[in-house]
Amino acid sequence: MNYKNVLATSLIWLAALLVFGVFVWLLADILTHGLPRLSWSFLTEAPRDAGRAGGIAPIIVSTGLIVLVAMAGAAPLGLATAVLLSEFTPTHSIFGRLIERSLEVLAGVPSIVFGLFGNAFFCIYLGLGFSILSGGLTLACMVLPIFIKTAVEGLRTAPDDYRLSAAALGMSRSAALLHLLLPAAAPALIAGLMLGIARAAAETAALIFTSGYVDRMPDTLFDSGRALSVHIYDLAMNVAGGDNNAYASALVLMILLLIINTLAASLGHHWLHRRSITA
Amino acid sequence: MTTFFSDNVEGREEISPPEQAYTLGPLQAGPPCCTPEPVLSVNSLSLHYADKTALKNISLDIYRGCITALIGPSGCGKTSFLSALNRLSDLIPGCRVEGSVRFDGVDVRAADLDAQHLRRNIGMIFQKPTPFPLSIRRNIELPLREHGMNRQADLNERLQQVLQDVGLWEEVKDRLESPAQALSGGQQQRLCIARALALQPKVLLMDEPCSALDPLSSAVVEDLIKRLKGRYTIVIVTHNLAQARRIANYAGLFWMQEQGGRLIEFGRCQQIFDAPVHHLTAAYVNGQRG
Repeated sequence: MNYKNVLATSLIWLAALLVFGVFVWLLADILTHGLPRLSWSFLTEAPRDAGRAGGIAPIIVSTGLIVLVAMAGAAPLGLATAVLLSEFTPTHSIFGRLIERSLEVLAGVPSIVFGLFGNAFFCIYLGLGFSILSGGLTLACMVLPIFIKTAVEGLRTAPDDYRLSAAALGMSRSAALLHLLLPAAAPALIAGLMLGIARAAAETAALIFTSGYVDRMPDTLFDSGRALSVHIYDLAMNVAGGDNNAYASALVLMILLLIINTLAASLGHHWLHRRSITA
Repeated sequence: MTTFFSDNVEGREEISPPEQAYTLGPLQAGPPCCTPEPVLSVNSLSLHYADKTALKNISLDIYRGCITALIGPSGCGKTSFLSALNRLSDLIPGCRVEGSVRFDGVDVRAADLDAQHLRRNIGMIFQKPTPFPLSIRRNIELPLREHGMNRQADLNERLQQVLQDVGLWEEVKDRLESPAQALSGGQQQRLCIARALALQPKVLLMDEPCSALDPLSSAVVEDLIKRLKGRYTIVIVTHNLAQARRIANYAGLFWMQEQGGRLIEFGRCQQIFDAPVHHLTAAYVNGQRG
């Protein structure tokens, strides 16, 4: 065998092993430090002593609420934009290109900038203060570009046959969209939403300025609530002796993301399967 | 079927049975096709895409109850011509149409004409069967519901009627809820024809409806088209000259000339094939050109 071939192969293997190694190290580190702290009471109790003791129940609830608000904000707005871009805007029109370019820029904006924007707009200008609502809406802004991008791709890959034959049958565009194109694009929509949830649930910087630090159980969406990632950041950086609980919280966050991903994937799969068999 | 395939050796790939026998439902013969009364009048129609001219100055009449076959080599604008008749060309970005198309005396290109209503009256069948990814029943019902038919009894009646018309009823009546895309190619195409017929159109545009099918299914669909003659006005684009000759009353030859598709000759089918006037027509129908 050619020595160049051997060299290239070993380099590729080295790179792959390196990536895998980093992942295993990270996982092992979190597991060894976090697993001993993980218990039922850790999940159901409120934090005590600035998080050094007690559990993370209010933080899990806040995280869930923030993600829900983000999805509730991003899904309808994103879907509407995706439909506009893919169905009602000519591919190379100035308007379409303008929106797509701005989405690309938006997708590349650092999350800390989103945080500052959210603080200025939602917290101060709209007067929502440090609240779960502010944090969720800020995350919605962050999730939008990813979601719209995947949704547009999904709608564009829906077969043109459907559009043409629906039109040839005198069906309106909205009927074709509702009955044929959106169902065909459903896997992409679910995937986009899933990516969005993953990004939202793991976000820290954007939330510090918007949903705040308060680790009490939230009563309403207008209360400040601490997200898991913020909790991890706080324990790791600001609280001496909080490391072990930070590890445990990180473990919980990873498990949550894993559950959400699996759930969404199987949901999409199940949905597709059901459609192709009986619908 | 089990007896038929009882000699199936285990491990051998099971050969799917040929498409079931064509069972045509009750279909009254239409009026004889001898009164040339135009239902569609096309006058100096031109059609341009962004950077090329697909059709130049086409004028012809489509006669009621007849089958009009459009023949000619690929890329000479036959499909574009069909899309101008039901204004499907509206959906193609950068497509411009000039000239006039009158459907029962009404200008189809008038700005205030409801394109959805027009397309309900002028149905279209595509080259590739295009069933929706829904059940057989929903495929027929969806457009009907969209046009305001909501009573389930009416829908069932129409469903059975059109499926019988295309000879699909006996084949699918026990699996109306199964996915339409699991049907064979020929069955899919007949389902698409049934779907178009369900809207009770006056005209059917068919864009090479048989060319994506195997010879057997193709014969079944061709047979069906012949049976629709008289009851519907049919415009069919085909590359199969023998087929055009078998089924059509009128035929028109399209040809690419001077960067634009033109109608070279139009007339009774027999005349086009047996006594063509234009030398290109003579060469094409005799298989010397094209």
